[in-house]
Amino acid sequence: MKKKEMANPRDAYGETLVELGGKHPNIVVLDADLSKSTKTILFAKKYPDRFFEMGIAEANMISAAAGLASCGKIPFASTFAVFATGRVYDQIRIDVAYSEANVKIFATHGGISVGKDGASHQMIEDLTLMRVLPNMTVLAPSDATQTRRLVELMATTKGPMYARIGRANAPILYTKEDLKDIEIGKGLITKEGSDASIIACGTMVNQAVDAQEQLAKEGVSARVIDMHTIKPLDEKLVLRCLRDTNAIVTVEEHSIIGGLGGAVSEVLAENGSSVHFKRIGVQDMFCESGEPEELFDKYGLSTPHIIKTVKKLLK
Amino acid sequence: MKHHDEEFIRRLDLKAVTLRKHIIEMLYLAKSGHPGGSLSAVEAIVALYFHHMHHDPKNPHDPNRDRFVLSKGHAAPALYAALAECGYFDVEELKHLRQINCMLQGHPVCTHIPGVEASTGSLGHGLSFAIGIALAGKLDKRNYRVYVMVGDGETNEGQIWEAATSATHYKLDNLTALIDRNFLQIDGNTEDVLRLESVRDRWSSFGWHVIEVDGHDIEEIIDALLSASEQKNQPTMIILNTVKGKGVSFMENNIDFHGVPPNEIEYKLAMKELDTAQKALEATL
Repeated sequence: MKKKEMANPRDAYGETLVELGGKHPNIVVLDADLSKSTKTILFAKKYPDRFFEMGIAEANMISAAAGLASCGKIPFASTFAVFATGRVYDQIRIDVAYSEANVKIFATHGGISVGKDGASHQMIEDLTLMRVLPNMTVLAPSDATQTRRLVELMATTKGPMYARIGRANAPILYTKEDLKDIEIGKGLITKEGSDASIIACGTMVNQAVDAQEQLAKEGVSARVIDMHTIKPLDEKLVLRCLRDTNAIVTVEEHSIIGGLGGAVSEVLAENGSSVHFKRIGVQDMFCESGEPEELFDKYGLSTPHIIKTVKKLLK
Repeated sequence: MKHHDEEFIRRLDLKAVTLRKHIIEMLYLAKSGHPGGSLSAVEAIVALYFHHMHHDPKNPHDPNRDRFVLSKGHAAPALYAALAECGYFDVEELKHLRQINCMLQGHPVCTHIPGVEASTGSLGHGLSFAIGIALAGKLDKRNYRVYVMVGDGETNEGQIWEAATSATHYKLDNLTALIDRNFLQIDGNTEDVLRLESVRDRWSSFGWHVIEVDGHDIEEIIDALLSASEQKNQPTMIILNTVKGKGVSFMENNIDFHGVPPNEIEYKLAMKELDTAQKALEATL
Protein backbone atom coordinates (compact mmCIF):
# COMPACT_ATOMS: atom_id res chain seq x y z
CA MET A 1 0.00 0.00 0.00
CA LYS A 2 1.55 3.29 -1.06
CA LYS A 3 1.98 5.87 1.63
CA LYS A 4 -0.63 8.61 1.38
CA GLU A 5 0.12 12.27 1.76
CA MET A 6 -1.13 13.62 5.09
CA ALA A 7 -2.72 16.90 6.11
CA ASN A 8 -4.51 18.10 9.18
CA PRO A 9 -8.19 18.96 8.67
CA ARG A 10 -7.90 21.43 11.55
CA ASP A 11 -5.33 23.43 9.59
CA ALA A 12 -7.65 23.25 6.59
CA TYR A 13 -10.46 24.64 8.74
CA GLY A 14 -8.39 27.54 10.08
CA GLU A 15 -6.94 28.40 6.68
CA THR A 16 -10.34 28.26 5.00
CA LEU A 17 -11.80 30.59 7.60
CA VAL A 18 -9.05 33.09 6.77
CA GLU A 19 -9.78 32.80 3.04
CA LEU A 20 -13.51 33.15 3.57
CA GLY A 21 -12.96 36.03 5.96
CA GLY A 22 -11.63 38.09 3.05
CA LYS A 23 -14.62 37.32 0.86
CA HIS A 24 -17.38 37.52 3.46
CA PRO A 25 -17.13 40.48 5.84
CA ASN A 26 -20.04 39.05 7.86
CA ILE A 27 -18.12 35.97 8.95
CA VAL A 28 -17.19 36.14 12.63
CA VAL A 29 -15.50 33.45 14.68
CA LEU A 30 -15.92 32.50 18.32
CA ASP A 31 -13.82 30.13 20.37
CA ALA A 32 -13.79 28.93 23.96
CA ASP A 33 -10.12 29.05 24.92
CA LEU A 34 -9.10 26.41 22.39
CA SER A 35 -8.24 28.54 19.38
CA LYS A 36 -4.73 27.12 19.13
CA SER A 37 -6.17 23.61 18.89
CA THR A 38 -9.19 24.31 16.71
CA LYS A 39 -6.99 26.60 14.53
CA THR A 40 -9.41 29.49 14.69
CA ILE A 41 -6.32 31.35 15.90
CA LEU A 42 -5.41 31.79 12.22
CA PHE A 43 -8.57 33.82 11.71
CA ALA A 44 -8.01 35.65 15.02
CA LYS A 45 -4.61 36.85 13.81
CA LYS A 46 -5.86 37.98 10.43
CA TYR A 47 -9.18 39.48 11.58
CA PRO A 48 -8.84 40.29 15.29
CA ASP A 49 -11.96 42.50 15.31
CA ARG A 50 -14.12 39.67 14.03
CA PHE A 51 -12.78 37.06 16.41
CA PHE A 52 -14.37 36.68 19.83
CA GLU A 53 -12.48 34.83 22.52
CA MET A 54 -15.27 33.71 24.82
CA GLY A 55 -13.17 31.91 27.41
CA ILE A 56 -14.12 28.61 28.97
CA ALA A 57 -17.81 29.49 28.82
CA GLU A 58 -19.31 27.46 26.01
CA ALA A 59 -22.97 28.09 26.82
CA ASN A 60 -22.41 31.83 26.58
CA MET A 61 -20.49 31.30 23.34
CA ILE A 62 -23.33 29.43 21.60
CA SER A 63 -26.08 31.84 22.68
CA ALA A 64 -23.92 34.85 21.79
CA ALA A 65 -23.24 33.29 18.39
CA ALA A 66 -27.01 33.11 17.88
CA GLY A 67 -27.30 36.78 18.87
CA LEU A 68 -24.62 37.68 16.33
CA ALA A 69 -26.47 35.66 13.69
CA SER A 70 -29.67 37.59 14.46
CA CYS A 71 -27.78 40.71 13.32
CA GLY A 72 -26.77 39.18 9.99
CA LYS A 73 -23.38 37.82 11.02
CA ILE A 74 -22.24 34.36 9.98
CA PRO A 75 -20.73 33.02 13.19
CA PHE A 76 -18.47 30.00 13.27
CA ALA A 77 -18.26 28.78 16.87
CA SER A 78 -15.52 26.30 17.61
CA THR A 79 -14.31 24.12 20.42
CA PHE A 80 -13.80 20.39 20.99
CA ALA A 81 -16.73 18.16 20.00
CA VAL A 82 -17.46 17.20 23.63
CA PHE A 83 -17.88 20.82 24.66
CA ALA A 84 -19.48 21.93 21.39
CA THR A 85 -22.48 19.63 21.75
CA GLY A 86 -23.16 17.82 25.03
CA ARG A 87 -22.20 20.73 27.22
CA VAL A 88 -24.35 23.21 25.31
CA TYR A 89 -27.19 21.06 24.08
CA ASP A 90 -29.91 23.32 25.42
CA GLN A 91 -28.33 26.44 23.95
CA ILE A 92 -28.05 24.77 20.55
CA ARG A 93 -31.56 23.41 20.80
CA ILE A 94 -33.27 26.74 21.54
CA ASP A 95 -31.00 29.51 20.26
CA VAL A 96 -29.70 27.76 17.15
CA ALA A 97 -32.00 24.96 15.96
CA TYR A 98 -35.42 26.18 17.13
CA SER A 99 -34.51 29.74 16.15
CA GLU A 100 -33.22 28.62 12.74
CA ALA A 101 -30.16 30.74 13.44
CA ASN A 102 -27.42 30.90 10.82
CA VAL A 103 -24.87 29.58 13.30
CA LYS A 104 -22.10 27.23 12.22
CA ILE A 105 -20.80 25.05 15.03
CA PHE A 106 -17.49 23.61 13.95
CA ALA A 107 -16.07 21.05 16.34
CA THR A 108 -12.64 19.48 16.33
CA HIS A 109 -11.32 16.52 18.35
CA GLY A 110 -14.37 14.39 17.60
CA GLY A 111 -14.27 10.64 18.14
CA ILE A 112 -11.90 8.32 19.99
CA SER A 113 -8.79 9.29 18.04
CA VAL A 114 -8.38 12.15 20.53
CA GLY A 115 -6.57 9.24 22.14
CA LYS A 116 -4.71 9.69 25.36
CA ASP A 117 -7.03 12.29 26.90
CA GLY A 118 -9.42 9.42 27.51
CA ALA A 119 -13.16 8.90 27.39
CA SER A 120 -14.00 12.27 28.97
CA HIS A 121 -12.66 13.91 25.80
CA GLN A 122 -13.60 11.25 23.25
CA MET A 123 -16.89 12.48 21.82
CA ILE A 124 -18.84 9.55 20.39
CA GLU A 125 -22.39 10.91 20.76
CA ASP A 126 -22.27 14.28 18.98
CA LEU A 127 -23.60 13.17 15.59
CA THR A 128 -26.61 11.61 17.31
CA LEU A 129 -27.23 14.62 19.52
CA MET A 130 -27.08 17.02 16.58
CA ARG A 131 -28.95 14.79 14.16
CA VAL A 132 -32.05 14.60 16.33
CA LEU A 133 -32.40 18.39 16.39
CA PRO A 134 -34.92 19.73 13.86
CA ASN A 135 -33.45 22.19 11.32
CA MET A 136 -29.88 21.03 11.97
CA THR A 137 -27.49 20.01 9.19
CA VAL A 138 -24.80 17.59 10.36
CA LEU A 139 -21.47 17.18 8.59
CA ALA A 140 -18.40 15.01 9.12
CA PRO A 141 -15.66 15.84 6.58
CA SER A 142 -13.19 13.07 5.86
CA ASP A 143 -9.97 14.84 4.87
CA ALA A 144 -8.40 18.28 4.62
CA THR A 145 -9.65 18.92 1.08
CA GLN A 146 -13.22 18.01 1.97
CA THR A 147 -13.01 20.09 5.12
CA ARG A 148 -12.13 23.12 2.99
CA ARG A 149 -14.99 22.58 0.59
CA LEU A 150 -17.57 21.91 3.28
CA VAL A 151 -16.52 24.94 5.33
CA GLU A 152 -16.97 27.03 2.17
CA LEU A 153 -20.46 25.58 1.73
CA MET A 154 -21.30 26.13 5.39
CA ALA A 155 -20.47 29.80 5.01
CA THR A 156 -22.65 30.25 1.96
CA THR A 157 -25.59 28.00 2.89
CA LYS A 158 -28.10 29.45 5.35
CA GLY A 159 -29.21 27.60 8.44
CA PRO A 160 -28.01 25.90 11.60
CA MET A 161 -25.11 23.53 10.98
CA TYR A 162 -22.81 21.29 12.94
CA ALA A 163 -19.57 19.85 11.60
CA ARG A 164 -17.01 17.68 13.32
CA ILE A 165 -13.51 16.66 12.42
CA GLY A 166 -10.89 14.69 14.30
CA ARG A 167 -7.72 15.80 16.01
CA ALA A 168 -5.15 13.87 14.03
CA ASN A 169 -3.53 14.31 10.65
CA ALA A 170 -5.51 12.53 7.99
CA PRO A 171 -4.50 11.08 4.62
CA ILE A 172 -5.52 13.29 1.70
CA LEU A 173 -8.25 11.44 -0.16
CA TYR A 174 -9.29 14.10 -2.66
CA THR A 175 -7.98 16.85 -4.87
CA LYS A 176 -9.79 20.15 -5.02
CA GLU A 177 -10.93 19.19 -8.52
CA ASP A 178 -12.47 15.94 -7.20
CA LEU A 179 -14.73 17.98 -4.91
CA LYS A 180 -15.57 20.92 -7.12
CA ASP A 181 -19.22 19.80 -7.33
CA ILE A 182 -19.61 18.55 -3.76
CA GLU A 183 -23.00 19.31 -2.25
CA ILE A 184 -24.28 19.18 1.30
CA GLY A 185 -26.63 16.20 1.49
CA LYS A 186 -25.09 14.28 -1.42
CA GLY A 187 -22.75 11.43 -0.51
CA LEU A 188 -19.71 10.64 -2.65
CA ILE A 189 -18.90 7.32 -4.25
CA THR A 190 -15.20 7.35 -3.40
CA LYS A 191 -14.59 3.85 -4.77
CA GLU A 192 -16.97 1.87 -7.00
CA GLY A 193 -17.72 -1.76 -6.21
CA SER A 194 -20.46 -4.36 -6.66
CA ASP A 195 -20.37 -6.92 -3.82
CA ALA A 196 -20.63 -4.80 -0.71
CA SER A 197 -21.06 -1.14 0.23
CA ILE A 198 -19.01 0.45 2.96
CA ILE A 199 -20.73 3.67 3.97
CA ALA A 200 -18.31 5.70 6.08
CA CYS A 201 -17.94 9.23 7.36
CA GLY A 202 -15.22 11.47 8.70
CA THR A 203 -11.99 9.88 9.81
CA MET A 204 -13.28 6.41 8.96
CA VAL A 205 -13.49 7.00 5.20
CA ASN A 206 -9.77 6.43 4.96
CA GLN A 207 -10.03 3.12 6.86
CA ALA A 208 -12.83 2.15 4.50
CA VAL A 209 -10.68 2.92 1.45
CA ASP A 210 -7.85 0.82 2.91
CA ALA A 211 -10.29 -2.01 3.54
CA GLN A 212 -11.59 -1.72 -0.01
CA GLU A 213 -8.07 -2.09 -1.43
CA GLN A 214 -7.37 -5.17 0.68
CA LEU A 215 -10.72 -6.71 -0.17
CA ALA A 216 -10.06 -6.18 -3.89
CA LYS A 217 -6.90 -8.25 -3.56
CA GLU A 218 -8.99 -11.00 -2.05
CA GLY A 219 -11.49 -10.82 -4.89
CA VAL A 220 -14.19 -8.86 -3.08
CA SER A 221 -15.48 -5.77 -4.83
CA ALA A 222 -16.50 -3.17 -2.27
CA ARG A 223 -17.97 0.25 -2.89
CA VAL A 224 -16.90 3.03 -0.57
CA ILE A 225 -19.35 5.81 0.14
CA ASP A 226 -18.09 8.97 1.82
CA MET A 227 -21.24 10.10 3.60
CA HIS A 228 -19.94 13.50 4.66
CA THR A 229 -23.49 14.71 5.40
CA ILE A 230 -25.17 12.73 8.15
CA LYS A 231 -28.21 14.97 7.93
CA PRO A 232 -29.94 15.40 5.60
CA LEU A 233 -28.91 11.86 4.72
CA ASP A 234 -28.52 10.96 1.05
CA GLU A 235 -31.26 8.34 1.16
CA LYS A 236 -31.15 7.84 -2.60
CA LEU A 237 -27.55 6.78 -2.40
CA VAL A 238 -28.26 4.39 0.47
CA LEU A 239 -31.06 2.83 -1.57
CA ARG A 240 -28.74 2.58 -4.56
CA CYS A 241 -26.30 0.61 -2.39
CA LEU A 242 -29.19 -1.58 -1.32
CA ARG A 243 -30.04 -2.24 -4.96
CA ASP A 244 -26.52 -2.72 -6.27
CA THR A 245 -24.71 -4.64 -3.53
CA ASN A 246 -25.34 -7.66 -1.31
CA ALA A 247 -24.08 -6.27 1.97
CA ILE A 248 -23.88 -2.86 3.63
CA VAL A 249 -21.69 -1.77 6.50
CA THR A 250 -21.52 1.67 8.06
CA VAL A 251 -18.29 2.87 9.64
CA GLU A 252 -18.00 5.87 11.93
CA GLU A 253 -15.75 7.07 14.72
CA HIS A 254 -18.82 7.40 16.87
CA SER A 255 -21.30 5.35 18.83
CA ILE A 256 -23.19 2.84 16.70
CA ILE A 257 -26.37 4.32 18.20
CA GLY A 258 -28.04 7.14 16.36
CA GLY A 259 -25.23 8.46 14.17
CA LEU A 260 -24.42 7.42 10.60
CA GLY A 261 -25.20 3.76 11.36
CA GLY A 262 -28.45 4.73 13.01
CA ALA A 263 -29.45 6.97 10.11
CA VAL A 264 -28.67 4.34 7.48
CA SER A 265 -30.50 1.60 9.41
CA GLU A 266 -33.60 3.76 9.58
CA VAL A 267 -33.62 4.10 5.78
CA LEU A 268 -32.98 0.40 5.26
CA ALA A 269 -35.65 -0.70 7.74
CA GLU A 270 -38.30 1.60 6.33
CA ASN A 271 -37.60 0.29 2.85
CA GLY A 272 -38.20 -3.31 3.90
CA SER A 273 -34.59 -4.25 3.39
CA SER A 274 -33.30 -7.66 4.40
CA VAL A 275 -29.78 -6.82 3.18
CA HIS A 276 -26.87 -8.14 5.23
CA PHE A 277 -26.08 -5.10 7.32
CA LYS A 278 -23.73 -4.19 10.16
CA ARG A 279 -22.89 -0.96 11.96
CA ILE A 280 -19.21 -0.51 12.74
CA GLY A 281 -18.38 2.03 15.41
CA VAL A 282 -17.99 2.28 19.15
CA GLN A 283 -20.37 -0.11 20.88
CA ASP A 284 -22.61 1.22 23.66
CA MET A 285 -19.68 2.01 25.95
CA PHE A 286 -17.06 4.56 26.88
CA CYS A 287 -13.50 3.87 25.70
CA GLU A 288 -10.21 4.74 27.44
CA SER A 289 -6.84 6.43 27.05
CA GLY A 290 -4.51 5.08 24.39
CA GLU A 291 -2.97 5.72 20.98
CA PRO A 292 -5.59 6.16 18.25
CA GLU A 293 -4.46 3.03 16.41
CA GLU A 294 -4.58 1.00 19.62
CA LEU A 295 -8.08 2.29 20.30
CA PHE A 296 -9.32 1.55 16.77
CA ASP A 297 -7.92 -1.93 17.14
CA LYS A 298 -9.35 -2.65 20.59
CA TYR A 299 -12.78 -1.13 19.94
CA GLY A 300 -13.33 -2.62 16.51
CA LEU A 301 -12.81 0.34 14.14
CA SER A 302 -9.60 -0.80 12.44
CA THR A 303 -9.23 -1.68 8.77
CA PRO A 304 -8.88 -5.44 9.49
CA HIS A 305 -12.11 -5.25 11.45
CA ILE A 306 -13.92 -3.67 8.51
CA ILE A 307 -12.53 -6.33 6.16
CA LYS A 308 -13.58 -9.15 8.48
CA THR A 309 -17.08 -7.70 8.85
CA VAL A 310 -17.61 -7.30 5.11
CA LYS A 311 -16.43 -10.83 4.40
CA LYS A 312 -18.63 -12.27 7.11
CA LEU A 313 -21.70 -10.47 5.75
CA LEU A 314 -21.03 -11.79 2.24
CA LYS A 315 -20.67 -15.42 3.34
CA MET B 1 -34.20 63.38 39.05
CA LYS B 2 -37.84 63.14 38.05
CA HIS B 3 -38.51 65.71 35.39
CA HIS B 4 -41.00 64.17 33.02
CA ASP B 5 -44.31 65.65 32.11
CA GLU B 6 -46.83 64.28 34.58
CA GLU B 7 -49.48 63.60 32.00
CA PHE B 8 -47.02 61.75 29.83
CA ILE B 9 -46.16 59.41 32.71
CA ARG B 10 -49.85 58.91 33.49
CA ARG B 11 -50.43 57.85 29.92
CA LEU B 12 -47.70 55.25 30.29
CA ASP B 13 -49.24 54.11 33.57
CA LEU B 14 -52.49 53.73 31.71
CA LYS B 15 -50.69 51.66 29.06
CA ALA B 16 -49.43 49.44 31.87
CA VAL B 17 -53.01 48.81 32.97
CA THR B 18 -53.98 48.03 29.38
CA LEU B 19 -51.17 45.48 29.19
CA ARG B 20 -52.26 43.94 32.50
CA LYS B 21 -55.82 43.57 31.20
CA HIS B 22 -54.49 41.86 28.09
CA ILE B 23 -52.34 39.56 30.21
CA ILE B 24 -55.22 38.50 32.44
CA GLU B 25 -57.53 37.93 29.50
CA MET B 26 -54.90 36.03 27.52
CA LEU B 27 -54.12 33.71 30.38
CA TYR B 28 -57.76 33.20 31.20
CA LEU B 29 -58.57 32.27 27.61
CA ALA B 30 -55.45 30.13 27.25
CA LYS B 31 -56.25 28.36 30.51
CA SER B 32 -52.52 28.20 31.15
CA GLY B 33 -49.48 30.44 31.45
CA HIS B 34 -47.66 32.60 33.98
CA PRO B 35 -49.50 35.56 35.54
CA GLY B 36 -47.10 36.48 38.37
CA GLY B 37 -43.93 37.15 36.41
CA SER B 38 -45.83 38.68 33.51
CA LEU B 39 -47.52 41.25 35.76
CA SER B 40 -44.30 42.16 37.60
CA ALA B 41 -42.54 42.91 34.30
CA VAL B 42 -45.14 45.30 32.89
CA GLU B 43 -43.83 48.77 33.79
CA ALA B 44 -40.32 48.08 32.48
CA ILE B 45 -41.74 46.71 29.24
CA VAL B 46 -43.99 49.76 28.89
CA ALA B 47 -41.07 52.12 29.53
CA LEU B 48 -39.01 50.36 26.87
CA TYR B 49 -41.58 49.84 24.12
CA PHE B 50 -43.68 52.98 24.55
CA HIS B 51 -40.97 55.47 25.33
CA HIS B 52 -37.32 54.57 25.50
CA MET B 53 -36.50 52.20 22.65
CA HIS B 54 -36.05 53.21 19.03
CA HIS B 55 -38.10 50.74 17.09
CA ASP B 56 -40.62 50.74 14.29
CA PRO B 57 -43.32 48.07 14.15
CA LYS B 58 -43.65 48.75 10.42
CA ASN B 59 -39.97 47.96 9.93
CA PRO B 60 -39.24 45.21 12.45
CA HIS B 61 -35.98 44.19 10.77
CA ASP B 62 -34.43 47.65 10.67
CA PRO B 63 -30.74 46.94 11.33
CA ASN B 64 -30.51 50.09 13.45
CA ARG B 65 -33.42 49.26 15.76
CA ASP B 66 -32.98 48.88 19.49
CA ARG B 67 -33.57 45.30 20.57
CA PHE B 68 -35.32 43.79 23.57
CA VAL B 69 -34.70 40.20 24.63
CA LEU B 70 -37.11 38.69 27.13
CA SER B 71 -34.81 36.18 28.75
CA LYS B 72 -37.46 35.25 31.30
CA GLY B 73 -39.53 33.87 28.46
CA HIS B 74 -42.43 32.75 30.65
CA ALA B 75 -43.42 36.43 30.87
CA ALA B 76 -44.32 36.14 27.17
CA PRO B 77 -47.88 37.51 27.70
CA ALA B 78 -46.42 40.86 28.81
CA LEU B 79 -44.19 41.00 25.74
CA TYR B 80 -46.93 39.89 23.35
CA ALA B 81 -49.35 42.45 24.79
CA ALA B 82 -46.76 45.21 24.29
CA LEU B 83 -45.95 44.10 20.75
CA ALA B 84 -49.64 43.98 19.84
CA GLU B 85 -50.31 47.39 21.37
CA CYS B 86 -47.33 48.77 19.40
CA GLY B 87 -48.78 47.36 16.20
CA TYR B 88 -46.39 44.49 15.44
CA PHE B 89 -49.45 42.30 15.00
CA ASP B 90 -53.21 42.42 15.54
CA VAL B 91 -54.40 42.71 19.14
CA GLU B 92 -56.94 40.02 18.24
CA GLU B 93 -54.05 37.49 18.14
CA LEU B 94 -53.67 37.81 21.91
CA LYS B 95 -56.87 35.85 22.38
CA HIS B 96 -55.25 32.83 20.79
CA LEU B 97 -52.22 32.53 23.04
CA ARG B 98 -51.05 28.94 23.46
CA GLN B 99 -53.68 27.57 21.07
CA ILE B 100 -52.99 25.15 18.27
CA ASN B 101 -52.52 26.59 14.76
CA CYS B 102 -52.01 30.05 16.26
CA MET B 103 -49.01 32.33 16.20
CA LEU B 104 -48.44 33.10 19.86
CA GLN B 105 -46.54 30.23 21.42
CA GLY B 106 -46.37 29.63 25.15
CA HIS B 107 -42.87 31.07 25.15
CA PRO B 108 -41.44 33.60 22.68
CA VAL B 109 -40.11 32.34 19.36
CA CYS B 110 -38.27 34.63 16.97
CA THR B 111 -38.92 32.77 13.75
CA HIS B 112 -42.53 33.73 13.24
CA ILE B 113 -43.74 36.28 15.78
CA PRO B 114 -43.11 39.82 14.51
CA GLY B 115 -41.06 41.84 16.98
CA VAL B 116 -39.74 38.89 18.98
CA GLU B 117 -35.95 39.05 18.84
CA ALA B 118 -34.99 35.81 20.54
CA SER B 119 -36.54 32.45 21.27
CA THR B 120 -36.55 32.05 25.02
CA GLY B 121 -38.17 29.96 27.70
CA SER B 122 -35.25 27.84 28.74
CA LEU B 123 -33.83 30.19 31.37
CA GLY B 124 -30.37 31.69 31.30
CA HIS B 125 -29.85 32.14 27.56
CA GLY B 126 -31.10 35.64 26.86
CA LEU B 127 -28.28 37.64 28.38
CA SER B 128 -25.77 35.76 26.23
CA PHE B 129 -27.95 36.25 23.15
CA ALA B 130 -28.04 39.97 23.92
CA ILE B 131 -24.25 39.96 24.18
CA GLY B 132 -24.12 38.64 20.62
CA ILE B 133 -26.36 41.52 19.49
CA ALA B 134 -24.20 44.01 21.39
CA LEU B 135 -20.98 42.62 19.88
CA ALA B 136 -22.48 42.88 16.39
CA GLY B 137 -23.49 46.48 17.10
CA LYS B 138 -19.96 47.40 18.16
CA LEU B 139 -18.47 45.60 15.17
CA ASP B 140 -20.75 47.37 12.70
CA LYS B 141 -20.45 50.69 14.54
CA ARG B 142 -24.20 50.94 14.83
CA ASN B 143 -25.76 53.03 17.55
CA TYR B 144 -28.53 50.69 18.54
CA ARG B 145 -28.85 49.45 22.10
CA VAL B 146 -29.89 46.06 23.35
CA TYR B 147 -32.06 45.49 26.41
CA VAL B 148 -32.56 42.18 28.13
CA MET B 149 -34.84 41.29 31.00
CA VAL B 150 -33.91 38.43 33.29
CA GLY B 151 -35.89 37.01 36.15
CA ASP B 152 -34.36 37.05 39.61
CA GLY B 153 -34.79 33.29 39.97
CA GLU B 154 -33.30 32.96 36.50
CA THR B 155 -29.96 34.16 37.80
CA ASN B 156 -29.61 30.77 39.53
CA GLU B 157 -28.47 29.61 36.09
CA GLY B 158 -24.70 29.34 35.64
CA GLN B 159 -24.85 30.71 32.11
CA ILE B 160 -25.99 34.06 33.50
CA TRP B 161 -22.64 34.41 35.23
CA GLU B 162 -20.70 33.39 32.14
CA ALA B 163 -22.56 36.18 30.40
CA ALA B 164 -22.07 38.62 33.27
CA THR B 165 -18.32 38.09 32.94
CA SER B 166 -18.34 38.30 29.17
CA ALA B 167 -20.34 41.55 29.00
CA THR B 168 -17.86 43.44 31.16
CA HIS B 169 -14.86 41.84 29.43
CA TYR B 170 -16.11 43.27 26.15
CA LYS B 171 -17.06 46.60 27.79
CA LEU B 172 -20.57 46.36 26.34
CA ASP B 173 -21.94 49.78 27.20
CA ASN B 174 -24.59 49.27 24.51
CA LEU B 175 -26.13 46.55 26.68
CA THR B 176 -28.62 47.19 29.47
CA ALA B 177 -30.00 44.33 31.52
CA LEU B 178 -32.99 44.55 33.81
CA ILE B 179 -33.62 42.08 36.59
CA ASP B 180 -37.22 41.56 37.67
CA ARG B 181 -36.54 41.37 41.40
CA ASN B 182 -39.85 40.05 42.68
CA PHE B 183 -38.31 37.72 45.25
CA LEU B 184 -40.39 34.73 44.22
CA GLN B 185 -39.68 31.65 42.17
CA ILE B 186 -41.68 28.44 41.82
CA ASP B 187 -40.43 26.69 44.93
CA GLY B 188 -40.68 29.77 47.13
CA ASN B 189 -38.82 32.90 48.17
CA THR B 190 -35.65 33.39 46.15
CA GLU B 191 -33.64 33.67 49.34
CA ASP B 192 -34.88 30.29 50.54
CA VAL B 193 -34.52 28.50 47.21
CA LEU B 194 -31.00 29.68 46.37
CA ARG B 195 -29.89 32.90 48.00
CA LEU B 196 -29.35 35.82 45.60
CA GLU B 197 -28.58 38.70 47.96
CA SER B 198 -26.88 40.95 47.62
CA VAL B 199 -28.01 41.21 44.02
CA ARG B 200 -26.51 44.67 43.77
CA ASP B 201 -23.13 43.62 45.13
CA ARG B 202 -22.97 40.58 42.90
CA TRP B 203 -23.48 42.51 39.71
CA SER B 204 -21.23 45.39 40.69
CA SER B 205 -18.49 42.95 41.68
CA PHE B 206 -18.75 41.50 38.17
CA GLY B 207 -18.03 44.98 36.88
CA TRP B 208 -21.53 46.13 36.02
CA HIS B 209 -22.92 49.59 36.57
CA VAL B 210 -25.90 48.92 38.85
CA ILE B 211 -28.99 51.06 39.30
CA GLU B 212 -31.82 50.13 41.62
CA VAL B 213 -35.35 51.41 41.04
CA ASP B 214 -38.93 50.84 41.99
CA GLY B 215 -39.85 48.49 39.16
CA HIS B 216 -43.42 49.79 39.09
CA ASP B 217 -42.46 53.46 38.87
CA ILE B 218 -42.22 54.19 35.16
CA GLU B 219 -40.55 57.52 35.69
CA GLU B 220 -37.77 55.96 37.75
CA ILE B 221 -37.34 53.23 35.13
CA ILE B 222 -37.10 55.77 32.32
CA ASP B 223 -34.46 57.74 34.21
CA ALA B 224 -32.49 54.56 34.87
CA LEU B 225 -32.65 53.57 31.19
CA LEU B 226 -31.39 57.00 30.23
CA SER B 227 -28.58 56.86 32.74
CA ALA B 228 -27.60 53.39 31.46
CA SER B 229 -27.41 54.75 27.90
CA GLU B 230 -24.92 57.36 29.02
CA GLN B 231 -22.65 54.89 30.81
CA LYS B 232 -19.35 54.32 29.03
CA ASN B 233 -17.27 51.13 28.84
CA GLN B 234 -19.48 48.98 31.02
CA PRO B 235 -22.89 47.35 30.83
CA THR B 236 -25.66 48.39 33.19
CA MET B 237 -27.90 46.22 35.35
CA ILE B 238 -31.12 47.85 36.44
CA ILE B 239 -32.57 46.14 39.48
CA LEU B 240 -36.33 46.45 39.20
CA ASN B 241 -37.76 46.05 42.68
CA THR B 242 -41.09 44.56 41.81
CA VAL B 243 -44.06 42.70 43.20
CA LYS B 244 -44.92 39.39 41.65
CA GLY B 245 -48.51 39.52 40.40
CA LYS B 246 -48.53 43.34 40.60
CA GLY B 247 -51.84 45.06 39.89
CA VAL B 248 -54.17 42.24 40.86
CA SER B 249 -54.54 42.23 44.64
CA PHE B 250 -54.95 38.50 45.19
CA MET B 251 -52.11 37.65 42.84
CA GLU B 252 -49.62 40.01 44.46
CA ASN B 253 -46.80 38.18 46.23
CA ASN B 254 -48.75 34.97 45.78
CA ILE B 255 -46.54 32.19 44.43
CA ASP B 256 -49.62 30.14 43.58
CA PHE B 257 -50.00 32.44 40.60
CA HIS B 258 -46.53 31.81 39.17
CA GLY B 259 -47.76 29.36 36.59
CA VAL B 260 -51.49 29.04 37.16
CA PRO B 261 -54.00 31.12 35.18
CA PRO B 262 -57.06 32.76 36.76
CA ASN B 263 -60.29 30.78 36.81
CA GLU B 264 -63.54 32.48 35.82
CA ILE B 265 -64.20 34.06 39.21
CA GLU B 266 -60.61 35.21 39.54
CA TYR B 267 -60.66 36.52 36.00
CA LYS B 268 -63.73 38.65 36.68
CA LEU B 269 -62.33 39.93 39.97
CA ALA B 270 -59.00 40.79 38.37
CA MET B 271 -60.63 42.61 35.45
CA LYS B 272 -62.81 44.54 37.85
CA GLU B 273 -59.77 45.73 39.79
CA LEU B 274 -57.95 46.67 36.60
CA ASP B 275 -60.99 48.49 35.23
CA THR B 276 -61.13 50.52 38.42
CA ALA B 277 -57.44 51.35 38.14
CA GLN B 278 -57.93 52.31 34.52
CA LYS B 279 -60.86 54.63 35.29
CA ALA B 280 -58.95 56.28 38.12
CA LEU B 281 -56.05 57.02 35.79
CA GLU B 282 -58.30 58.20 32.96
CA ALA B 283 -59.97 60.62 35.37
CA THR B 284 -56.64 62.36 35.93
CA LEU B 285 -56.04 62.98 32.24
